[in-house]
Amino acid sequence: MTTDSNLSPLRLPRPAPLLSRGGWAAFLAALVAVCAAAPLLNLVVPEGQLLHLSDYAVALLGKIMCYAIVALAMDLIWGYTGILSLGHGLFFALGGYVMGMYLMRQIGRDGNYKSDLPDFMVFLDWKTLPWHWALSDSFAATLILIVLVPGLVAAVFGFFAFRSRIKGVYFSIITQAMTFAAMLLFFRNETGFGGNNGFTDFKRILGQPIATPGMRMTLFVLTGLTLLGFYLMARWLIRSKFGRVLQAIRDAESRVMFSGYNPLPYKLTIWTLSAVMCGVAGALYVPQVGIINPSEMSTAASIEMAVWAAVGGRATLVGPVLGAFLVNGAKSWLTVTAPEFWLYFLGALFIAVTLFLPDGVVGLVKRFRKGDASVEEKTS
Amino acid sequence: MTPDLLEQGAERVAAHEALVAARGRHTESGGREAGFGRPVEAGQVDVVHGRILYLDDVSVSFDGFKAINKLSLDIAPGELRCIIGPNGAGKTTMMDIITGKTRPDEGKVFFGSTIDLLRYREAEIAGLGIGRKFQKPTVFEQLTVFENLELALKTHKGVRASMFFRLDSAQSDRLAEVLHTIHLAAQVTQSAGTLSHGQKQWLEIGMLLMQDPKLLLLDEPVAGMTDEETARTAELFLSLKGRHSLMVVEHDMSFIRTISDIVTVLCDGAVLAQGTLDQVQADERVIEVYLGR
Amino acid sequence: MLIRLLLPLAALLAAFQAQALEPAEALALASGDTDARIEALSRAEGHPDEKTAAFIQALADDAVKVKGRQVWIVRDDKALDPSTGAEAPMPDDAEDVVNNNRMRAELDNALAALKLLSSDEAQRRDALKTLAEESDEARLPLIDKALAAETVPALKAQLALLRARMLLGGQDRSHRLEAARTLGESLNAATKTILVERLKVETDAEIKGAIQLSLQKIDAALVWSDRLAALFSGLSLGSILLLVALGLAITYGLMGVINMAHGELMMIGAYATYVVQGLFHRYLPGAFDWYLLAAVPVSFAASATVGAVLERSVLRFLYGRPLETLLATWGISLMLMQAVRSLFGAQNVGVENPSWMSGGVLLMGNLQLPWNRIIIIGFAASVLLAMAFLIGRTRLGLFVRGVTQNRPIASCMGVNTARIDTYAFALGSGIAGLAGCALSQIGNVGPDLGQGYIVDSFMVVVLGGVGQLAGTVYAALGLGILNKFLEGWTGAVLAKIAVLVFIIVFIQKRPQGIFAMKGRSAEA
Repeated sequence: MTTDSNLSPLRLPRPAPLLSRGGWAAFLAALVAVCAAAPLLNLVVPEGQLLHLSDYAVALLGKIMCYAIVALAMDLIWGYTGILSLGHGLFFALGGYVMGMYLMRQIGRDGNYKSDLPDFMVFLDWKTLPWHWALSDSFAATLILIVLVPGLVAAVFGFFAFRSRIKGVYFSIITQAMTFAAMLLFFRNETGFGGNNGFTDFKRILGQPIATPGMRMTLFVLTGLTLLGFYLMARWLIRSKFGRVLQAIRDAESRVMFSGYNPLPYKLTIWTLSAVMCGVAGALYVPQVGIINPSEMSTAASIEMAVWAAVGGRATLVGPVLGAFLVNGAKSWLTVTAPEFWLYFLGALFIAVTLFLPDGVVGLVKRFRKGDASVEEKTS
Repeated sequence: MTPDLLEQGAERVAAHEALVAARGRHTESGGREAGFGRPVEAGQVDVVHGRILYLDDVSVSFDGFKAINKLSLDIAPGELRCIIGPNGAGKTTMMDIITGKTRPDEGKVFFGSTIDLLRYREAEIAGLGIGRKFQKPTVFEQLTVFENLELALKTHKGVRASMFFRLDSAQSDRLAEVLHTIHLAAQVTQSAGTLSHGQKQWLEIGMLLMQDPKLLLLDEPVAGMTDEETARTAELFLSLKGRHSLMVVEHDMSFIRTISDIVTVLCDGAVLAQGTLDQVQADERVIEVYLGR
Repeated sequence: MLIRLLLPLAALLAAFQAQALEPAEALALASGDTDARIEALSRAEGHPDEKTAAFIQALADDAVKVKGRQVWIVRDDKALDPSTGAEAPMPDDAEDVVNNNRMRAELDNALAALKLLSSDEAQRRDALKTLAEESDEARLPLIDKALAAETVPALKAQLALLRARMLLGGQDRSHRLEAARTLGESLNAATKTILVERLKVETDAEIKGAIQLSLQKIDAALVWSDRLAALFSGLSLGSILLLVALGLAITYGLMGVINMAHGELMMIGAYATYVVQGLFHRYLPGAFDWYLLAAVPVSFAASATVGAVLERSVLRFLYGRPLETLLATWGISLMLMQAVRSLFGAQNVGVENPSWMSGGVLLMGNLQLPWNRIIIIGFAASVLLAMAFLIGRTRLGLFVRGVTQNRPIASCMGVNTARIDTYAFALGSGIAGLAGCALSQIGNVGPDLGQGYIVDSFMVVVLGGVGQLAGTVYAALGLGILNKFLEGWTGAVLAKIAVLVFIIVFIQKRPQGIFAMKGRSAEA
């Protein structure tokens, strides 16, 4: 104690900024790319030219950006809170189905059966809309439900699961069971969600035709802005004390309880938030891809979402976004050029990432940088 | 009445008044102020009677094995009590009972004169002002020293409060004070996982101090520390004594000699002997059971 | 093909007197609208003779051509006259006689009716099967004739039932009464439907009473057989779940390894069985019935080997990291599935039951317990016993238990923990292979065989609790029976969902499962 009494007054660290200078620069660059460069290269630059961004590329990138939102959500609950969910595909699909219901109503009388009811209902010989389709013709209600439905399902499931202190692997298996049960439910025709065909053949959104380049680009920009917005939100959350408590919960939950925090509301909040993010991603996904069916709720789809976060680098926010791009990019390339090789690649990716790359690609880059820095120190 | 007797009487009165002046109270048990007529506030620790922790005939058994067997113990406020004893004596179990991790089968556990700890849950007991430090340092390794201490701040711990939390000046001051106390001022921005074992122990004590506990339970705090770190830890405890009450479970006899006033020896779930370290070390039963010849 | 046709025909014809088939009759049967043809058919049945029988058979075989008023049977590129059986010239533009589905059904029934009088018991049995749903009164005289001539008691009873069914819808009141009473003895769900239908239109009070009495009798018998059927299929499903989950219980319960590739190890066992079957087909066709005895150890060995390789190459580096193990084993499962697809194709492959596993035990008149499922229940029980013996009584089992409870001390005692890990994982995988072998006997074998069972097997392990084999047993049997009983009420899909929800809720209340391991380390 005597040694410290003549120390200069302590300077406590300032709260860190939302993004570093370099971070803001990259963010702005991404913003420009999404809002200005992409529309320009797709709509203005004519086809055939070198810089033209093809419609196929726009659709693909839009889809991958939706997946990137999901990967971001996975990072929030897995990377930062230590909860591995293998059922987040359910929330993604729920958001997608809500949007799908709206889009099916928007088909109006232009379906195969020229009826007010969606085709599959006519096929099943139903005469009126079931109760859960009541709000599906209002866009405002649809927007609200996209947030509400996955959010409520997640909140209820999460409340009971976290309250019972189910942890670790058991929790992951239970989330698998959850999404599996939901998938079985949606496969049935009686549930009123299109059975195993789901919803497809969309014609319009908000009165505008859906398959035009203009609409596609609008959806693309919207998805990009949502991704960037969610990224900033995630960054703010993680930088706050809330984020630090989450990380503490991940590392030593009983210690956190001991410090006076109740982990349940924290876990529930981030769980519900991640579910809502996935729901929004699903809702943006469906108009771009043109179809939604129960296979989006399959256990395999949800497990793949975990690997995007793992490949990119958990607990980095930027890593999972990168991971989503890398893995899905590889998927679209391989399924076209060497389809039977894709599953080998994906399987090997799972194994390689867990064995050799626990910190993902971002972790690898950081290690290289540190290696360079230490070399510089030694030589300077 | 002879002059000698008068003088002795006057000396006794003077000694008593000196004692009172030194202690600040009338008697060990609080004097007139500690009568039944005083107002008692709910939730506040009432140490007027001079005891901050009171265990009375506590017993607990696990699957037929009696871990604690009619244990009675009490600690004065501001005291630094050392608990020693062989392994399996029930030291950790006793701490579990105090902090609410385990429920005893019988007995009373009181915090101050008014708070019955058996009616509270573990998290609530932590909130009442009893801090416990486990044997293994459990700090949050991925966070910095500063963030660890900030987490332990005594403030609203709900979700919304955490999302919008900003450190105000009073809290900053407290944080700085604790940092100085635990000798980690230079390592403020260092990740807790990179601290040495001893530094992690101090950080954990620091986190406990942030909660401003009235009673600190420390389970083998210097296990695995170097001699220098042990000495500094002794300094730290001695500085905490008085403002906080401490109960230290340890095996390191020289450390105990440095810090202790009264030592309690536990054996087979009950108190075997109690007194200063010298008294206890001379006790035949203690030698047989624990210290050896 | 021709021999298969001629033999039954010969048997048929032996019963008939040789009569003539009129050309006009033949024409009526071969041309005109379907109603008229069916009428002609009934008339022809009235006087069965060899020519008529042959002609009806030819019609059923689509071997009849017609032009104008002439009809020919075409066999082996020869055109025969139906009445005489002799060759007759046929113009090139003679048209095929086309039978629509209704006509075809009537032709089949007619042939069956004729077969009722054949001397071959097997033929009569087949004929009865075809005619089981028949209730047209017009065939009554034929049935009566067959009843009179029948000697086998079981077939006689069936003919009586058939007759009663026909009479129930008839005109004669006393016949209907008698029929209503007789059908009460049938204890059959199909007759129940007929009685219920008749009850709706019957006007005579006494007959109504008789019908209701018969219905009550049938219901009482059916309730028991339904319950037994549900119990049996619950046991059967439970035994399969047990086999599937047993391997998982070992790898997870004893070793803490969550193996998402467990389903694929089962699939490997099933494919090993397929390969053994193929080998027996090729090299030991005589002993084909016993291929299963060879397949059991082969599937165990195949899956155990793959499991050992997995453990040595990937899993040993992931001990203590259950979430990573989960992901890595999922990757392995993807690769295994794709490998099998490349080797064997993406379609299902056929695995046949050996003959001693076909058929079943008939209980209570209409409850059939298939042999293959009974044998699998027995197989599961014996695997369980062998496992319990291995873990509880052998040195290897002792080492496995020691390593899982306290690795460092076991290692200090000289146990080669790395090798024990491999053995234990190989054991769990081998049992998965046995499960796959069993599954190949009752279901399809394809690359995604394992996917259908992975969620169920994890549910069993989660429910049963970690560290105790008994928990797995109870959980597997319990879930199987629960699932099947729920199916009876709500249908298969909703039953599955209900079971999943039940498990989720149960785990909330008791996170450690049915049989918890006592002590502090019950958490994953």
